[in-house]
Amino acid sequence: MTTWIDIGTLDDIPQRGARTVQIAGQKDLAVFRTGDDHVFALVNECPHKKGPLSQGIVHGHSVACPLHNWNIALRTGQAQGADEGCTPVIEVRQEGGRILIAQPDAMQAAA
Amino acid sequence: MEFQRETVPVAERVDDLLVTSPDPREHLVVVGNGMAGCRAVEELLARDAGRYRVTIFGAEPHVNYNRIMLSPVLAGEKTFEQIVINDAAWYADNAIELISGDPVTAIDRTAKRVTAQSGRSVSYDKLLIATGSDPFIIPVPGKDLPGVISFRDMKDVDTMLAAAEAGKANGGGSAVVIGGGLLGLEAAHGLTLRGMKVTVIHLMDTLMERQLDEAAGWLLKTALEARGQTILTGANTEAIYGDGKVEGVRLKDGREIPASLVVMAVGIRPATALAREAGLTVNRGICVDDHMVTSDPDILAVGECVEHDGNVYGLVAPLWDMCRSLADGLTDQHSGYRGSVTSTKLKVAGLDVFSAGNFSGGDGCEDIVMRDASRGIYKRVVVKDDRVVGAVLYGDTVDGGWYFDLLKREENVADIRDMLIFGQAFAQGGGALDPKAAVAALSDDAEICGCNGVSKGQVVACIGAGNASLDAVRATCKASASCGSCTGLVENLLSVVLGDDVKSGPKTMCKCTSFTHDDVRREIVAQDMRSIPEVMQKLHWSTPDGCSSCRPALNYYLLCALPGVYHDDQQSRFVNERMHANIQKDGTYSVVPRMWGGLTNPRELRAIADVVEKYNAPMVKVTGGQRLDIFGIKGEDLPAVWADLNAAGMVSGHAYGKSLRTVKTCVGSEWCRFGTQDSTGLGVKAERMTWGSWMPHKFKIAVSGCPRNCAEATIKDFGVVCVDSGYELHVGGNGGIHVRATDLLCKISTEQEALDYCAAFIQLYREEARYLERTAPWIERVGVDYVKQRIVEDAAGREALRARFLYAQSFSQDDPWAERAAGQHAELHQPIAPFAIAAE
Ligand code: SRM
Ligand SMILES: Cc1cc2nc3c(=O)[nH]c(=O)nc-3n(C[C@H](O)[C@H](O)[C@H](O)COP(=O)(O)OP(=O)(O)OC[C@H]3O[C@@H](n4cnc5c(N)ncnc54)[C@H](O)[C@@H]3O)c2cc1C
Ligand code: SF4
Ligand code: FES
Repeated sequence: MTTWIDIGTLDDIPQRGARTVQIAGQKDLAVFRTGDDHVFALVNECPHKKGPLSQGIVHGHSVACPLHNWNIALRTGQAQGADEGCTPVIEVRQEGGRILIAQPDAMQAAA
Repeated sequence: MEFQRETVPVAERVDDLLVTSPDPREHLVVVGNGMAGCRAVEELLARDAGRYRVTIFGAEPHVNYNRIMLSPVLAGEKTFEQIVINDAAWYADNAIELISGDPVTAIDRTAKRVTAQSGRSVSYDKLLIATGSDPFIIPVPGKDLPGVISFRDMKDVDTMLAAAEAGKANGGGSAVVIGGGLLGLEAAHGLTLRGMKVTVIHLMDTLMERQLDEAAGWLLKTALEARGQTILTGANTEAIYGDGKVEGVRLKDGREIPASLVVMAVGIRPATALAREAGLTVNRGICVDDHMVTSDPDILAVGECVEHDGNVYGLVAPLWDMCRSLADGLTDQHSGYRGSVTSTKLKVAGLDVFSAGNFSGGDGCEDIVMRDASRGIYKRVVVKDDRVVGAVLYGDTVDGGWYFDLLKREENVADIRDMLIFGQAFAQGGGALDPKAAVAALSDDAEICGCNGVSKGQVVACIGAGNASLDAVRATCKASASCGSCTGLVENLLSVVLGDDVKSGPKTMCKCTSFTHDDVRREIVAQDMRSIPEVMQKLHWSTPDGCSSCRPALNYYLLCALPGVYHDDQQSRFVNERMHANIQKDGTYSVVPRMWGGLTNPRELRAIADVVEKYNAPMVKVTGGQRLDIFGIKGEDLPAVWADLNAAGMVSGHAYGKSLRTVKTCVGSEWCRFGTQDSTGLGVKAERMTWGSWMPHKFKIAVSGCPRNCAEATIKDFGVVCVDSGYELHVGGNGGIHVRATDLLCKISTEQEALDYCAAFIQLYREEARYLERTAPWIERVGVDYVKQRIVEDAAGREALRARFLYAQSFSQDDPWAERAAGQHAELHQPIAPFAIAAE
């Protein structure tokens, strides 16, 4: 069974921006809010050289990595275009304005 | 005797009959005399009219009316009588007992009985709950004041009409509508038509953000404002104030909006209290199966109060589907409800807005966007695996039904994909499926460019005369030279006429647009555009919100064009400019405080030393720009570091920005045996004048005290070399990837002139260079003679440039660090709070 953890409200994340979720002893997660208010979560590391994706420019359902501008698809964590690589994705749900992330996935992905 | 019996009151007689000869049929009791409850009964009657005896309880003192038409009633387009769905005769004809104005307050499932507010109690065999939704009331102080209402039923409409009427007595009256969704905007529209001055307060940045994307939301906002409404987006209500009755609304930012009426339309919640108290399974809504049966097999539920398969609905179309499945179940036919896809339209006369399905795109989805600024049209169709999965239409919604139909039928659109966006008539007309074939098939006098009235024949002739590129066509026959919406058509014509010989025009800004940087800048000013969505709409961007190349550029162009007016968009800034520090390869930041002209003092040095120790900065180094760089600071610590540096009088050095970086100086006449002028002093003055300015790219200044040029002024964007007789001004140098020595601009004799020319030169660069073009490539492109002509020869022009620069500077010389240290944008520096998952 997936355990869902409430990490806050949609308003806690700037539109076309991201916030991080810190997990003791594990990699940070980046929770993104797109221009159309979809929410996605990825491990906060670019598949290229671990750039903090949470600091990238969010456009459409992608984020441009702040270090070398790779574009990462938020839904799949996959690098787009000519670049290859993938960042682990964490399941997210929005419920009544709250954002929930899946705990076991988060634990595995971040391990 | 006959006569006497007939005088017995009817009700008593019915009761008598019930006791003596009970109706043998099963009794269906419906709670809720609204759209779903009555529709369910209609569906049932259509299948098996005599099967159930039916009683309906309704909280409202009315027969069943069409709730969605309350908006036209408010707007004065319809009367209540015209929106009644089932009149009294319908209840009578079908022997349905309506108990209106008496809400049910309890369900006793063991006794199978419901009790209403009046105390009336009725037993049931089957119970149907159709209680709809409750408007959500935001829990702010003053929410219970008289004059604060929602928009849900006829009573609310009556209250609004009365407020408008009362307002008329004193010249109009003011209303605030909280919530810029469908309902809120329809309320605002109606109230405006009734003569009230209406302000809409919307929490999000985009109106109807659940249905529309930002571009369409922006168009809608503009249209509503043109109709006299005040629309405040990104506005958060703090309280409703008033003494005994509502007098206005106060926002979190302190603004107060006076109003005698406040309509809250911020959302709805399924009305589940009754079901919950009766012990039925309830999540967000009352849980039902595919035949609308709740966790109690004798109790059904339908409409907005239910949750099916995890979904709750707030529109009527799903109710109709639910009611069919429900009636099927009650008459032992088995169809089963499978969920609904919904579409919405805004019912505001003259404003066409349509959306359906998943229009926010996502993985594997492809957006097809068409914008026609001159006609105020925005269309977006989302296609996934050759199927239409969503659509947003603004301004021209005639094809809404067609897209919705394609969507529901999951029809394969591969063959018409390229024509899809043009609508049904175009995509299915004539069988021409290739866009090139389609333009080829157009007649010679078909209009290609609506703005300039250019026909296909004229474009073809123009291409035939040797204009082999889009730009040449634009320059010669003007097709696609205005709004640009026919660019695709012209490009197709080019390739039809020339085959593969089309010359590619100047580089477009990025893949989101067919316009160049220069086009965009020119149009921003010419059309007085004021926001990124506005630019994207008017210039037909092909993506919903741009990309990481165009957004920072647009943000800069707007900032430059509208000093003091444009609101900087943080999310369109590169990380360094958003965080006001340079990101490092490990995700930490480096911090470079300004050291005016390279000067420092013990207090600053001490503060830097303290910061290095206090925050365990692993390295501190002297930069190539004559100041100190503190490395390895965590994003969370930045505001605290800045506060400490601010306390010692230091401000941001903008080592991170497309902005004024450093002003390097040498020791100059004050100490140096060769110094001719006070190069250090002039450098400090230049930096005080120019710091904080945003530029197309980074900008560096240096002032050397003599031609030995120790400050390397001749590889700077603006360099001053002091000589005995005055100052040599140099421009367009670059020490980076391609070293370029400066061009000599001119020689002047006073320090003030040096500063004035510097300001004018920077402003020319700010206004005319393309984003991410440093002064060196810019000058190579426009020629140093052009720069001389603007700065040296045209004294009045120089003065105007200088004045514009100083005006812009009056808005940009606030230390961004101080703002952050004081708590602004704290969310950028903190993980989402308060939260941490413990590792297992
Ligand atoms: C810190 C510093 C090196 C140092 O330790 O001395 C530095 C560091 C960086 N420089 Fe530089 N440059 C520094 C002085 C220079 C100089 C010397 C100067 O200004 O006199 C130059 C050559 C002069 C010039 O700009 O014309 C210089 C030419 C560049 C270039 C090439 C620019 C070009 O037009 O070709 C880049 C790349 C770019 O901007 O795209 C660059 C980019 C960078 C970046 C910002 C790379 C990046 O994008 O992350 C480096 C940031 C490091 C960091 O994390 O802090 N840096 N850089 C110097 C900061 C000066 C300051 O106090 O602000
Ligand atoms: C102004 C307005 C405009 C709208 N425009 C559109 C539109 O354009 N398109 C669209 O698809 N949808 C629109 N809607 C939504 C649409 O009206 C609803 O989806 C629909 O009415 C829901 O039907 P329902 O039967 O579930 O709820 P309702 O129609 O609300 O019916 C529920 C009824 O139950 C009564 N009730 C509640 N509790 C009790 C109780 N305990 N005892 C007795 N009676 C009770 C209520 O008083 C109400 O009369 C609009 C809604 C409003 C308010
Ligand atoms: S020279 Fe290269 S490595 Fe050194 S600071 Fe500049 S950009 Fe970084
Ligand atoms: S680390 Fe993300 S692009 Fe290099």
